Amino acid sequence: MSTATELNEETIYDEFKLIEKELEQCMRCGNCMAVCPVFITEKTEAGVARGKIALAQAIIDGKLDIDDPDMYEHIFNCLVCKSCMQNCPPKVNLDKIIFALRAAIVKKKGLHPVKKNIFKLLHNYKPLFDLGMRAGGAFQGLFMKQIPSGQGRQLRFPVGILDRKRVLPELSATPFRSQAPEKVTVKNPKATVAFFTGCSINYIYPQFGKDIVTVLKKNDVNVVIPRDQHCCGVAVFAHGDVKTAREMAKANLDALDKTNADYVIFGCGSCASTLSHEYKEMLKGDAAYADKVEKWSGKSIEISTFLMKKIDFRKPEGEVNATVTYHDSCHLKKTMKVFSEPREIIKSIPGVTFREMSKPDACCGSGGTYNLTHYDTSTGILKRKIEDINKTKADMAVTACPGCLIQIIDGIEQFGKGQKGTHYISLLAESYRKEKKDGKKE
Amino acid sequence: MLDKAVIERLEKIVGEKNVLTKKADLISYSYDATADTQTEMPDVVVLPATTEEVVQIVKLANETSTPIYPRGSGTNLSGGTIPLKKGIVLGVQRMDKILEVDADNLTATVQAGVIVADLNSAVAAHGLIYPPDPGTVATATMAGTVAECAGGLRGLKYGVTKHYVMGMQVVLPNGDLVKFGGKTVKNVTAYDFAALFVGSEGTLGMVTEITAKLIPAPKFRKTMLALYKNLADAGNTVQGIIKAHVIPATLEIMDAKTMETVENYAKVGLPTGYAALLLIEVDGMAKDAVDAEAAAVVEVVKKNSGELRVAETDTERDKLWAARRAALPALAQLSPTTVLEDATVPRSRLTDMLMEIQKIGEKYQLNIGTFGHAGDGNLHPTILADAKNKEEMERVHRAVDEIFAAALSMGGTLSGEHGIGIAKMAYLKDELGQSGLDMMRTIKNAFDPKGIMNPGKMVPAKEV
Repeated sequence: MSTATELNEETIYDEFKLIEKELEQCMRCGNCMAVCPVFITEKTEAGVARGKIALAQAIIDGKLDIDDPDMYEHIFNCLVCKSCMQNCPPKVNLDKIIFALRAAIVKKKGLHPVKKNIFKLLHNYKPLFDLGMRAGGAFQGLFMKQIPSGQGRQLRFPVGILDRKRVLPELSATPFRSQAPEKVTVKNPKATVAFFTGCSINYIYPQFGKDIVTVLKKNDVNVVIPRDQHCCGVAVFAHGDVKTAREMAKANLDALDKTNADYVIFGCGSCASTLSHEYKEMLKGDAAYADKVEKWSGKSIEISTFLMKKIDFRKPEGEVNATVTYHDSCHLKKTMKVFSEPREIIKSIPGVTFREMSKPDACCGSGGTYNLTHYDTSTGILKRKIEDINKTKADMAVTACPGCLIQIIDGIEQFGKGQKGTHYISLLAESYRKEKKDGKKE
Repeated sequence: MLDKAVIERLEKIVGEKNVLTKKADLISYSYDATADTQTEMPDVVVLPATTEEVVQIVKLANETSTPIYPRGSGTNLSGGTIPLKKGIVLGVQRMDKILEVDADNLTATVQAGVIVADLNSAVAAHGLIYPPDPGTVATATMAGTVAECAGGLRGLKYGVTKHYVMGMQVVLPNGDLVKFGGKTVKNVTAYDFAALFVGSEGTLGMVTEITAKLIPAPKFRKTMLALYKNLADAGNTVQGIIKAHVIPATLEIMDAKTMETVENYAKVGLPTGYAALLLIEVDGMAKDAVDAEAAAVVEVVKKNSGELRVAETDTERDKLWAARRAALPALAQLSPTTVLEDATVPRSRLTDMLMEIQKIGEKYQLNIGTFGHAGDGNLHPTILADAKNKEEMERVHRAVDEIFAAALSMGGTLSGEHGIGIAKMAYLKDELGQSGLDMMRTIKNAFDPKGIMNPGKMVPAKEV
């Protein structure tokens, strides 16, 4: 085993056969079919958790080779949205099964060529990735045209695997962490938090980063934005590159350990669940990091949890006139069980009318890179989400995850009614900012 | 292996992407929800979208004498969809259109692959329901539940699938398309074909379209949970409620083992030290009538020393239901293999049957939790085992033999709602006798002389 030397015990990511105990839990009832977004779209058994578990068992039983050409496709045809896990009577951890399968496949066959390039940039060449994203920000107009709504861009001509219809977000010319100070201090701090930005806020939505800092300042909270934080690693982990994911996890834990923050806060459900839940999984058996994982996973919370449960956040007074519906990020709701807090925050904003959509926690089809590699299925899933948003007649669709937002904005352009998509924290920040203009506070 | 030419013809009928032949795909259609049974890979999986495509596929199968296995969502518990003799798995999940909801005639016409819960969502807008309510409503298809005559939680008052099928389109094993029944309440034209095809487990033909009966959704309901120190008191309550001329929509029972497991798993606030619980729900169109029925139930429960909890709000109702909903999940989590039976007895023998199951569990040193539809006499003894432990599975099989024998000796039946499939075929003669078996074979041969339609299920091969 390539990484076993650093570990004190073998894990399912290093020795695939260890996953068999998890497979045995499946009772084949098929309840996963009711909620699996891939299955609902494609309607074939290999698409759903029950089918994937059968395939994993077939590999262990020697009936199927892990490098069977179709295995690769089936095992990567999963968003790891964990919807099945919420509906599973014997509580099978499908996420672990998928990650273990992918780790085993990647070990044998290597990464998907597209992902290989992306992850290589994320991994070894962090400065280069940074440069690449910045250059992208400056030159994107050359090959992408801005769409009329101003919410993103479309390709001017086909580029590789990207579908021309697809609306992609604007890349920021200057990443958030290059714009923001490393430390923001307030007079009488209630707490000090480290802000883990994640890639999406850093490179695509720096405004959300600024909004988060605004909200924290308005609530008398000191903010540290560690300069040497990295991509959280969930994308590489979820696609089987466990070795790189472990390096990223360790680098982030080291960076956080230099701060003396009371909490680590996030504006991204995926990054939040990665640090709070997946790092334990990734670094299992790594005794050298056991304490750091324990300490920083425990402190990692999404910003709404911090505002609602750790401090009593100040109710905003600036009026924001909007009818708003909220989409639950899978990682935030299904891993972190956070769903009422963002809604409470949205409802606390004067002028906001909140309308719940049907199945707000149905996956949007983003799945990190799933929407790049499985665009048709991803779009089928997205279409249902946008139809549910349309039915609410809300003029704004908000969420807690920039990844979902990229997807939803793409969907609104294709199937929506011109709704605006944004982060719920931006609504709160807007309300606080309006207080100044309204002359209510400060 | 199927001839390559046959595969190519199938691809012409439904399109290349709806014909699955790769090994990984075939493995995923080699099983269904049945524990402790055989598996087999088909040669090909075909996923049609229309009745016309099904006709062509079945004609091709008939011409080439290729076995065909109708499959809905593969959630049945009797091995009914496993492609034992290879051939074609014919999946209906793409046939998912609700063709019509006719609120004036209280009917809905659907394609085979419509999910039961989706039909209910569609008719809810008209204030109607399709009552059959198996545990798999959110996943099972209409054709699958028709083929298995699925039952569920509302059987006592509202009946089961067979009471709600008014008409059908069926593709016979020779490829002929027949249509019978329709939207009329009364119809005695020719044989009662619907009665023949409902519960036929895909052995006589392929159901492609169903006209289902709908009823107005009950407007009021009252939910109660009763706890008993003594199993017989629970049984007597079930009897007493019926004697008081109350027919509850739901009348469910759970034994001590199940209660304990549910509490450990779901923490729903069930106390320990009780022998059984009953979940009782009465419903109706008028508040007064529902209140009167509820009052009658309360009286019977008290008379039989039951401790009562009554839900006043929807939230409280959800809490009472949480225990029942958690029964199977909780039991399933305790062991790798969950053998779920559905032996059914006349309601009056419910307590005897519960005690008999306990005795059998002790005799074979097995972990058995029992819950089920008390009002229907339909129990679900759930045996918790590990398929890898050969010696234990041997004991499981002997216990199952005795459970079936006990049910039959009490005037009951092998299967209340799961069907015969592969799992219970060997016991069929015990209930039907030789003449019954012969009659089944005669029917099967008349429809399917080549034996291509779901072979190896329900109808035992003739002993040589």
